[in-house]
Amino acid sequence: MQQPLDIARQTLFAPAGIGESELEQVFARLMTPSVDMADLYFQSSRQESWVLEDGIIKQGSHNIDQGVGVRAISGEKTGFAYSDDIVMPALLEASGAARAIARSGESGRLKAWQAGRGRGLYAPVDPLETLSTERKVALLRQVDAEARRQDHRVEQVVVSLTGLHDVVLIADSDGRLNADVRPLVRLNVMVLVVQDGRRENGSAGGGGRVGYEYFLEEDRAQAYAREAVRQALVNLEAVDAPAGTMPVVLGPGWPGVLLHEAIGHGLEGDFNRKGTSAFSGRLGERVASEHCTVVDDGTLAGRRGSLNVDDEGQPTQCTTLIENGILRGYMQDRMNARLMDMAPTGNGRRESYAHLPMPRMTNTYMLNGPHDPEEIIRSVDRGLYAVNFGGGQVDITSGKFVFSASEAYLIEKGRITRPVKGATLIGNGPDVLTRVSMVGNDMKLDSGIGVCGKDGQSVPVGVGQPTLKVDALTVGGTS
Amino acid sequence: MQTNLTRTGSTLPSEAELTRLVEQALNEAKRCGATQAEASASVAIGLAVDVRQREVDTLEHQRDRSLAVAVYFGHRQGTASSADFSPASVRATVEAACAIARHTSEDPAQGLADPDLLARDVPDLDLDHPWELEADGAIELALECERAALDADRRITNSDGAGVSSHSSVRVYGNTHGFLGAVRSTRHGINCRVIASDDAGMQRDYWYTVNRVPSGLEAAEAVGRKAAQQALRRLGSRRLTTRKVPVIYHAPVARGLLGHFVAAVSGGALYRKASFLLDTLGEQVFADWVQLTEHPHLPRGLGSAAFDQEGVATRERDLVRNGMLQGYVLSSYAARKLGMVSTGNAGGVHNLRLEPGERDLNGLLAAMGDGLLVTELMGQGVNLVTGDYSRGAAGFWVENGEIAYPVEEITVAGNLRDIFLGLQAAGTDMDTRGGIHTGSVLVDEMTVAGE
Repeated sequence: MQQPLDIARQTLFAPAGIGESELEQVFARLMTPSVDMADLYFQSSRQESWVLEDGIIKQGSHNIDQGVGVRAISGEKTGFAYSDDIVMPALLEASGAARAIARSGESGRLKAWQAGRGRGLYAPVDPLETLSTERKVALLRQVDAEARRQDHRVEQVVVSLTGLHDVVLIADSDGRLNADVRPLVRLNVMVLVVQDGRRENGSAGGGGRVGYEYFLEEDRAQAYAREAVRQALVNLEAVDAPAGTMPVVLGPGWPGVLLHEAIGHGLEGDFNRKGTSAFSGRLGERVASEHCTVVDDGTLAGRRGSLNVDDEGQPTQCTTLIENGILRGYMQDRMNARLMDMAPTGNGRRESYAHLPMPRMTNTYMLNGPHDPEEIIRSVDRGLYAVNFGGGQVDITSGKFVFSASEAYLIEKGRITRPVKGATLIGNGPDVLTRVSMVGNDMKLDSGIGVCGKDGQSVPVGVGQPTLKVDALTVGGTS
Repeated sequence: MQTNLTRTGSTLPSEAELTRLVEQALNEAKRCGATQAEASASVAIGLAVDVRQREVDTLEHQRDRSLAVAVYFGHRQGTASSADFSPASVRATVEAACAIARHTSEDPAQGLADPDLLARDVPDLDLDHPWELEADGAIELALECERAALDADRRITNSDGAGVSSHSSVRVYGNTHGFLGAVRSTRHGINCRVIASDDAGMQRDYWYTVNRVPSGLEAAEAVGRKAAQQALRRLGSRRLTTRKVPVIYHAPVARGLLGHFVAAVSGGALYRKASFLLDTLGEQVFADWVQLTEHPHLPRGLGSAAFDQEGVATRERDLVRNGMLQGYVLSSYAARKLGMVSTGNAGGVHNLRLEPGERDLNGLLAAMGDGLLVTELMGQGVNLVTGDYSRGAAGFWVENGEIAYPVEEITVAGNLRDIFLGLQAAGTDMDTRGGIHTGSVLVDEMTVAGE
């Protein structure tokens, strides 16, 4: 199999006739004595999507984008320009614009180019080529049929399949040359059920940095269909959610969105360097109960949030954020790490060449605790058991965060009783984990569906956790 | 610092250049045997600076291009897009769309907009006002804005930055009915985000101004001062106990509430039967005083457009009259699925306006007496299929018509159907910084969850 760097050179450099001497020419333009660091981010991406609705293949689309982002950093200042033309004149023009951030002067000399070593967290495949179009379309139809077969109350099924082939090459002023070929696929099912005029929906899906064959293995695609129908049918029976503060048990897997919102964003390096996070200056302090150990791990094979190298060419790693309740680390990109005198953690990410990198999460999850999940439920006299969520949001500065349950049940006298309607849960990031009194032994990662937005930039991420109990969290229902 | 930049606005291609590209794509589609095709080409350029703690933080030069093509073989559709405008790429993009159309299904609702709905006269909506702004000038303005915030009060202890941006774009859309339309527009903005703190903790808030015309922007200093006031007034936020109370949505968040209405009467949600406002045409969906009107031809409006994304002429209309739903928000596709006619809303609504009542925000507070003023909402928490609504909130507790103290870490919940029918009044404090123009609105009762 070809190495990512070879693929990237062929895709990004060969058509424009760019080689090492051309790169040197660009860096000569970019670097002045007051530029601490500069990088070029070359990217070529190809994406397709297919949508089935009303039982027919309704839409297909194919999108190609490529370009180069040029960044120059001087102290805390960043100059940035990009071009969707990978040609030398555009690169030189963008370099001139990006370096305008720094004072001019004689250029420094560049170190010799050194290629980063590849890692194989995922194969450098083009997922769009892993199935024929006929088989992609057939897959959508099978999922539709599986959903409709589950229950006569299923009225509408929308199935979407998307694949992304992303080739990036990062050259920086330290002479580092790193490339990554990043496949990403996603299958999603949304169903609508109707009973006596009442309508409810349910959705499920998954994916990762793999080829489309992933969905054919282990009955995954069909399982998403069954799961979406199951959720929708549960919602048909749901009563009004309670309002007020109560014990909340969160199920394993995707409910880990709690960690992403409550503590994850607050531990990103940029907010802490600027002192705008509710967690600023709190390294070494207790921010969670002793049951809680939370990591951000970009090295999990094939996961949606994983990367061989981040968007600054830094290898990803498993960073301990909270260890037995004590705040241990932040997630860093190169600029914020340097300014905080810390080591980069491989969390420098960007949506595309047209966006600036910043510290972002990869796969963020809590490790197993000692408790049996059933024991956790049994310990609650009256509370909420939430197993599926839409998404969440956080105010980094005040620490207040929300996440919205889409499937939840009442717990009454230690037993799960009635399903309740979706409701938003709200809490305070710096103290919610101090109220985690029980942590299960059933850690699970989500199925590969997360998209994280920050400053207008979206990147794929993962979350996970075992079943856990928060002693007091506010549930935003109506009854 | 020195720069070597040319002013923004100087390097957009001409309409003629993009028109040639669109025509090339349409000809290519015909050559490939497509029975119908449509294409749009756009280029946007911009300058964005951000300063923080009285220093430059980022200086960004933006330039984005896109060519999007849809081809139809009878009633089968395929779409493709590319950022590469070379002739070879245009050909490859059209071929990719055609390859997709070979695998999509026959769908009678697919196709271009009906020819007789296409815009014939394209009025000049006065949307193009480039800002002769260089990087140095933008930085100065951003520094002035942030300075006003940082100097406003000693409790303003930190800053998340202040930004100035200017964007210009040109877009040409054409289809094989012979329609060709071009739009040149600009959009400029100033924003400021600062942090206030006291012994109890930090609070962040922001203010922004956005306009098609540079002279229409609020002064940079005023934006900074407003951001500081916003952050300061949140200091000392408390929680509330769980209760049912009347709620005022401050104008900037009232816009989102009306956005949920637009989503629920949009074609996509309706033909999928995924809306709580299904089959409500002609019915009472709002309190009977509510008038919602669409004004697509408002000069300089942020949501103004002479034609929609399919070339369909937009027109002024009532969406809600005396609380009754007068029409849906439809593209051609959704309209055909519903057996109706496009309303010129492919791409969304154009300057939807909630007609204000007599009172300003203070008048609404007085009318409410005791209740909650919501100034910030968090999270998703909106189910358009059922109308169930539950979101995180922050704002102010109001007693006897006066703001008593700031509140946070609470939720507001209800059902959108009840919320819309229970609207009591709309304020004169219109916020026009988007495609939906509204003042603050008073809702009769919602559930607030807290301690």
